[in-house]
This record gives sequence, C-alpha cells and structure tokens, in this order.
Amino acid sequence: MANPYLALLRAQTRAQASYRTSFAVDVVSSTAATVFDVVTVLVLFRVTTSLGGFSVREALVVVGLSACAFHAADLAVGEIEKLRHYVRTGLFDTVLVRPLRALPQLLLSNVPLRVLGRVALGVVVLVVALVLAPIEWTPAKVVLTVVAPLAGAVFFGAMFVATSTVTFWWIESGEIARSLTYAGRDLTTYPITVYEGLFRRVFAFGLGFGFVAYYPALALLDRDDPLGLPGWLAWMSPAVAVPAVAVAALCWRTGIRHYRSTGS
Amino acid sequence: MSTVIEAYGLRKDFTVRVRHGRLRRTKRTVAAVDGVDLTVERGELLGYIGPNGAGKSTTLKMMTGILTPSGGSVRVCAMAPVPQRRRLARHIGVVFGQRSLLWWDLPLRESFDLLRHIYRVPADEHAARLRRCRGLLDLDEFLDTPVRQLSLGQRMRGEITAALLHGPEVLFLDEPTIGLDLLSKQAVRGFVAELGAGGDTTVVLTTHDLNDIERLTRRLVVIDHGRVVHDGTLESLHQRYGSTRQVVVDLAEPLAGPVDMPGATLAASEADGHRLTFALDGVGAGELVARLAAVASLRDLSIVEPDIEDVIARLYRSPQRAPDSPPVTGEIVVADGPDGGPTRP
Repeated sequence: MANPYLALLRAQTRAQASYRTSFAVDVVSSTAATVFDVVTVLVLFRVTTSLGGFSVREALVVVGLSACAFHAADLAVGEIEKLRHYVRTGLFDTVLVRPLRALPQLLLSNVPLRVLGRVALGVVVLVVALVLAPIEWTPAKVVLTVVAPLAGAVFFGAMFVATSTVTFWWIESGEIARSLTYAGRDLTTYPITVYEGLFRRVFAFGLGFGFVAYYPALALLDRDDPLGLPGWLAWMSPAVAVPAVAVAALCWRTGIRHYRSTGS
Repeated sequence: MSTVIEAYGLRKDFTVRVRHGRLRRTKRTVAAVDGVDLTVERGELLGYIGPNGAGKSTTLKMMTGILTPSGGSVRVCAMAPVPQRRRLARHIGVVFGQRSLLWWDLPLRESFDLLRHIYRVPADEHAARLRRCRGLLDLDEFLDTPVRQLSLGQRMRGEITAALLHGPEVLFLDEPTIGLDLLSKQAVRGFVAELGAGGDTTVVLTTHDLNDIERLTRRLVVIDHGRVVHDGTLESLHQRYGSTRQVVVDLAEPLAGPVDMPGATLAASEADGHRLTFALDGVGAGELVARLAAVASLRDLSIVEPDIEDVIARLYRSPQRAPDSPPVTGEIVVADGPDGGPTRP
C-alpha cells in the first residue's frame, strides 16, 4: 500500500494533468515572471557598475541563491496562500476530517507544479553565476553552495506558513501575510548593503532574511562584510531556519485550535 | 450495548464583534452550543434537528475534531476528538451535504482508490465495501466520471460511499439530502435505513427535511439556541406537544345521541354530523373504529398522522424552551456578515 501522502501527491498531479493546455500556459508564464527578476538586476547594472559595493557577477550569486531558495519554497509550500480561502469558506473542514496531518495534506493537495520551471530557472541562474564569479573553490564552499539554498528554502517555507496562519484569527487578513514574505524575498535578491537603516535591521537581521543569500554569497566570494560582521555568519542560514520552523509550527498548531469553520 | 458518543455540558462560544455606529465595536460572546448533554449507543440512528443557527453543525464539528470545544467534554469512540483527531478519523465517516469531500477533478473510482490509501484499508475489505455501495447506490453508471461533472444526487451517493469505505463505527451525516431531487432523496434514505438496520454502524443525522426523520430515526434530539430541548422518540415528542393522530369517519347517518368515546375527543363535526373527526388520546385507532362501528354504520374512514413539521415549528416557537438562554434576538450584528443583519430573525 502506498504512503497516503504520496498517494495524495500522485492524485493531484493527475488532476492537474487533466487540464493539460492551461498547465503548459501556467508553466511558461510563471517561468517568464522569474526571467524578469534576473533582467531587473541586469538592467540596474547598465546604469551602474556596482550595486551596494558588488559587481554584476557577484550580485548574480546573491540573485541565484535567493531565487533557488525562494522558488523551491514556493514549490513546496507556496500554495499555503490558499489557506485563506480554505478558512474563509470553511473548506478546511474537509482537511480536518481525514486521518492525516493537516498541513502536509493541504500542501500536497495543491502542489503548484507550474513553479517547477521557476525552480529550474533559479538553479540555472545560480550555476551560471557561480561559473562567472571569481570563486576559489574549497570543499567547504561546495557544501555551502548546497546547504545555503536548502536552508533558505526551509526558511522561506516557514515564513510562508507562519504568516499564512494569520487567517485563523483574522479571516479577512488580505494580502498582509504574503506581503511580508515577498518583501523579505525582494530583500534577499540584492546585497543587503543597498538597503538603509531600519528596513535593513528589521528584515535582514530581525527577521533573518539577510542570512538566506547575502552572507553565504560573501563567503563564496571570499569577501569581507562591508557592514563589518564576522565571516561565520555565512553558515547562519540553517541556524535561522530552525527557529523559523519552530515558530511556524507553533503558529500553525495554535491557529488550528482557533479555526471557526465558517459557512454552514 | 456500548456508548459511542458521550457529551457532557458541551459548549462552543464564538466571539462576535458588535457594531455601534460607525467605529465603535465591542466584542461579545455568543454560545453556539450551550451545554449539550448527549449519549449515543452503538447502532443507534439518531436524528439531530433544529432551526438554522441552532448549533447542529457546530455540535457535529466538535464531535469530528474540526472545532475545539469551549467547555464541557466530548468523547467519540472513547477518544477526545481534537487531540486525537487523526486516530478518530479512522473510526468515523463524515458527509457534508453542502461541501464535497471528494476530489473535484478525479473520477469517483480514483477518489475511492485514493481513500483506500489515505485510510490504509486492506484491498479486499475496501473492494467488498465498494461492491456493496455500488449495488445499493447504483454507482456504476458514473464511476468513471470526474466528480465535477456529477449531478448533485450522484455526487451525494459518491460522498456517502466515500465516507463508508474505511468501515467507520460512526457515520455523521450533515444534511445529506439537502437540495436533492425526490428520487435521490429516496436512494439516500433507503441506503441509510439499510445501514441503520445492520446495527453495527451508529448514524448521526442532521437535517432540515423532516421526512428524513420520520422515515429513518427512532430517536430524535431537537436543539435550539444551543440547547437540547427534546431527546426521545418522535411519538414522545407528539405526546409532549399535544399533537395526536386523528381518525376521520364518514357516517351513513349522523349519530342520534351525544358522541362520547372514552380515550378520544371529538375534534370536529362536519356536514351535519355526517363527518366526525376524533383526536386519539389514549385509545388505539382500531378500538375507536370498532366502537364507532357498533353504534353507527361507517361509510368511509381515514387516519391522519400528526404533522411533524407543525410540532417542530411549535417547539421552536415555544417560549419556555430555554428560560435562561442569552437574549440574542435582534441585537447582535455580526461585523463580518454579508449584510450586517441580525444573526437571527
């Protein structure tokens, strides 16, 4: 007998495939959106040779790390934004009557396969950036190249889940939840030195977005932090991912208890 | 007999924001379920009824682990529904009349197969249960149709099958006949009756359709304003609220003397005494007819069953039902309601 979660994933993949044309359109359009992210960075470098003290080749490493982490998270848990719909309409009832964990069940019922294209593109950008950038490879850097996007993905995933749970308390929570995660993602796309004062302190250090792409990129490039912080911060991304997951889990468990099951 | 559902003082409070003028809002707590005591034994077929907003669905949702109770205790199959939600889910089946538990884009057959994996049901048991449902609910003609293309009646038959494939001890049916055409209603009722007759599966049925209750359930629990206002048989409900069966007789000739039948009262006399209506009050219909036949020649007779809808309507209106219930009428405005109107007429 198949694992129930795998069975769910298989079934929903089949269901998506039943709309083959719209699926193809989805993949293309969502991948195109990611191309624009990269193009934006390149356009910036047409008017300046340095962004926050980083050359285009260095900045692309940050873009690649950020894109891999964010899109992988988006693939795995991005559909958590449907939670708002589930809670508002009472559809969440249908999740709770099954003998499965609510969160994986919700996510596996809606895996956005169209995002696969974006993840692939993120990997391509990262690989190209790593080839172009002046990197002296060491075993530690190879490990970091793998660990940083994964930890970043976990971190983004936790942000997605934690912020989405707002809806359990405040049904009309609108886009607030997403905007926090997306603001964080935008921050990780550029070297954090381009941001100023309070915003940088809150998002990069307070919420931990600075550790997703920026500090790992510094280590890969053998650069000192213009902000004067020590080099081992490159390895902080797993360390911020763990508490982020703990907070997300706590929000989720508490949130479920507050579910009101509106609508009949 | 063993107890399958036990609830003591079960409550669920919701906080509603009451709007005063433009900006001022105060929070106020409303009890949707206000101290429900209920025990259901294995194999019972229980009708759980009440007007809109009485707390039926809320009770069911606390029993199935969807909602966390605000107070009191509830145990289903000796489990606490919310903390043991996933374990309990294997022992219960749920059908929501207003919400599909099937996968919209999958054919029924694949939905059923998916459920086998989700509930980890051995293939042979699953196949046996599915075979039974296919026969009783006529599923074969639409088994390969995606759920989104099914008619409501077909979908509901699919939903009921889906809820039973893991062999639940308790089946919760929340308005399973709502919106169905007559034939589908009959199919669903027939199936539930058959299920109840088996005696293994406990069924809790909420409904607005009182025909469901008359056809299916022996025990009737009526809830209003979050409280149980009646728990017993349909007959005891009639007795309590003074609705009785009536016997209508057409006589060849009006009775000469005064009409005096012990155990029955004359409710009406029409057509110059040619048609008499008796309300039965302790005497059986047969006995009354026999006694009437002894004193007059009968041309026609009919027995009128009490109208359950009348009884229930009277019950809901009855002022003494919950003397200390919160005065919720016409005061509360749910802030996020679609029209901002009162929650109750």
